[in-house]
Amino acid sequence: MSGHLKNSTLPILALTLGLGAFAANADTIRVGMQQEPTSLDPTTDATASIDSMLTMNVFESLTVVAENGEVKPNLATSWDVSEDGLTYTFQLASGVKFHDGSDFDAEDVLFSFNRAMAEDSVNPSKGIFKPIEKITAIDPQTVEIKLTNKDAFFLFNMGQGDSSIVAAETADTNNTNPIGTGPFKLDSWTRGDKLTLVKNTDYRDADAVALDKVEFRFISDAAAATAAMMAEELDAFPGFPAPELLPQFEADPRFRVNIGSTEGEVILAMNNAKPPFDNIEVRRAVSTAINREEIIEGAMYGQAVPIGSFYPPHGTAYVDLTGAYPHDTEKAKEMFTEAGVAGTTMTLRVPPFPYAMRSAEIIQAELSAAGIDAKVENVEWGFWLEEVYKKKNYDMTIIAHTSPNDMGNFARGPDYFYGYDDEKFTALWDAIRTEADPAKRDDLLKEGQQYLSDQAVHGFLFQMPLLGVFRTGVEGYWASSPVLYMPLKGVSNAG
Amino acid sequence: MGYFLIRRTVGFVLTLLAVSVVVFAVMNVLPGDPALTILGLDATEDALDALREQLGLNQPLLTRYFLWIWNAVQGDFGISHSFRVPVSTLIGERLPMTISLAVAGMFFTLIIALTLGIGAAARHRKFGDWGVMLISQLGIAIPAFWLSILLVMLFAVKLRWLPPGGFAGWSDPVAAMRSLILPTISLALVQSAVLARVTRSSALEVMRQDFVRTARASGLSRRRVLWRHVLPNALVPIVTIVGMQFAALVTGTIVIENVFYLPGLGRLIFQSIANRDLPTVQALVMLFAAIVVTANFIVDLLYVVIDPRLKARA
Repeated sequence: MSGHLKNSTLPILALTLGLGAFAANADTIRVGMQQEPTSLDPTTDATASIDSMLTMNVFESLTVVAENGEVKPNLATSWDVSEDGLTYTFQLASGVKFHDGSDFDAEDVLFSFNRAMAEDSVNPSKGIFKPIEKITAIDPQTVEIKLTNKDAFFLFNMGQGDSSIVAAETADTNNTNPIGTGPFKLDSWTRGDKLTLVKNTDYRDADAVALDKVEFRFISDAAAATAAMMAEELDAFPGFPAPELLPQFEADPRFRVNIGSTEGEVILAMNNAKPPFDNIEVRRAVSTAINREEIIEGAMYGQAVPIGSFYPPHGTAYVDLTGAYPHDTEKAKEMFTEAGVAGTTMTLRVPPFPYAMRSAEIIQAELSAAGIDAKVENVEWGFWLEEVYKKKNYDMTIIAHTSPNDMGNFARGPDYFYGYDDEKFTALWDAIRTEADPAKRDDLLKEGQQYLSDQAVHGFLFQMPLLGVFRTGVEGYWASSPVLYMPLKGVSNAG
Repeated sequence: MGYFLIRRTVGFVLTLLAVSVVVFAVMNVLPGDPALTILGLDATEDALDALREQLGLNQPLLTRYFLWIWNAVQGDFGISHSFRVPVSTLIGERLPMTISLAVAGMFFTLIIALTLGIGAAARHRKFGDWGVMLISQLGIAIPAFWLSILLVMLFAVKLRWLPPGGFAGWSDPVAAMRSLILPTISLALVQSAVLARVTRSSALEVMRQDFVRTARASGLSRRRVLWRHVLPNALVPIVTIVGMQFAALVTGTIVIENVFYLPGLGRLIFQSIANRDLPTVQALVMLFAAIVVTANFIVDLLYVVIDPRLKARA
């Protein structure tokens, strides 16, 4: 029996020896994704990987946000805004076709937005459509949108995956067979394994698209992701999950490592509605007790930029407030004693993300040095959403807020999990979101950052970096990401 | 025998019914809102409500349980909350992967364990025996995921003989087999370590019996006695462990499929629990339970085949 086995294993071994990894094709790119999508429709599911794979690649929106955060024309080639800032008239691109061959026109815009605003809508960002009062098709190439109140982020929001333009005939099946107008169309999707896009040769700017084929592979485990890159089974891992594994790629001439910025502010959230965090002095003491450098070193292996308020360092209105509460354990201890909470126990409920779990351990030690007995509870994501986010059943937690322009979180009132209810900030946010002049808006945003830092609403930790590993020869990926998508239009692979 | 089959079938149904109550209760008591998981942190209250309505989560718990059971009996396991396709489609897509992996894992486990176990028994208290005991002790101590990573580092990254993960699909059988080699070895090595030790001690037990000495005395070679007389008589404990191990192999694929990013059931259940995809988790747990109960049933049948004396008791 054992002799028989030997005979049958030899040919298999010989085959494995003979067939090495196939060589990369210049028109093709193999991209690793950590998060696996369960649906392919960005208008009904918030999973970030749907946006990073499909938004602006398969689906397009009226506008598009460029790498520097600027809003540019897309399916809308131009627009006019009325004097009062309430009426937007969009001119639509002509001759655009959906991937199933049907024509794109004003009716599709109406359908997409009415679907997103409908009573039974399950759009994950339904709120961005709230200012819309009425949409009218003036003619097949012109759409007029009336707002009830001014919205400074309206054009930016029209360039998100949530506001993708879809066709009435295919909207219900986009979750498995996405049909958009973008430069790439779906070739195949094997759930749990890979998703392949091919170039849309009918795309209005097809000459600008270098790649013929894009193959996404879903690898959640960081060690497996590293092995797949090292074995050259992948050409790019644009959202690499583990900062601790980057040095080996940096040392290897076959790879290029990119460390950019995202819109994700990582905060040590405190439940402002609940003692002791309803006391501003306690919150300030926490801010004084934490040491951002130490947290970034330990949790992100040094690969992140510290923040002192709730605004990304790459933004035009950024103010550096990281010095507002200089780290001082002794001072923090005094502040805790004065507030009468020294020696008490506080719970830190942490979602299952490496950045959060590692930060929590360091923060626990820092708080303990300042006389607070912080207990870390690592919880699972579903539990976190239910208990921390929905029921506000927590003292402190650590979370990254990945959406752009999300300072408005602090104006979401007492029902939001911050438990922060401040009329003054809500009024300020109202001014920010209705200010059409960019320079004036930036001034208000600076004021907002200053105010939130002054109120020490949360412990502001660091900006989530965008870590990417690419084989040399892969060019054109965004270095930083002001939105959740990663356009492939300008990406090339020299092989 | 007829009575035995009826008793086992009733037991099978009752076990699955008990599992269905437990899994339904646990999944619904567990904190977590499927709608919130799908729509994320920016979702508005009315969108969440609309989705809950769509998913049928606004119905009372008992109604949902009986609806689920009623439909499941008719072969309808519902629509996955997060994938929005029928759960049976999802399982159908992934079952071949996991079954291939578990069967291949079992096959190699048996070959490695029986060869090493019987070999060690034959060389009792000699170098070969100690060697097998040492290696199997290591095998028990090493976690499967760690072994997998080591194998990938060596065979995929360093030597480039095999892919580091992923499944090429059966349309290309050679590529499919290549992608199954490392996961199968990772599964089989750890499992066979346990089984080799059981085989060894069971064989040693039998070797002390008088009939073995008689067989040797009648002129049969050592090898012939081992494989023809010792092994068949040592099988009952081995088969018991194999039955338990098959269940462990099926659940072991959860870890292996994540490390080798294979699109199988293990990865699906892992993801579905995180997504609070109740219909998918419920159906998968039921399926795993059915596999385990069936494996035990087959073990019971095998007892009778191996040792006809047990027939009377069955």
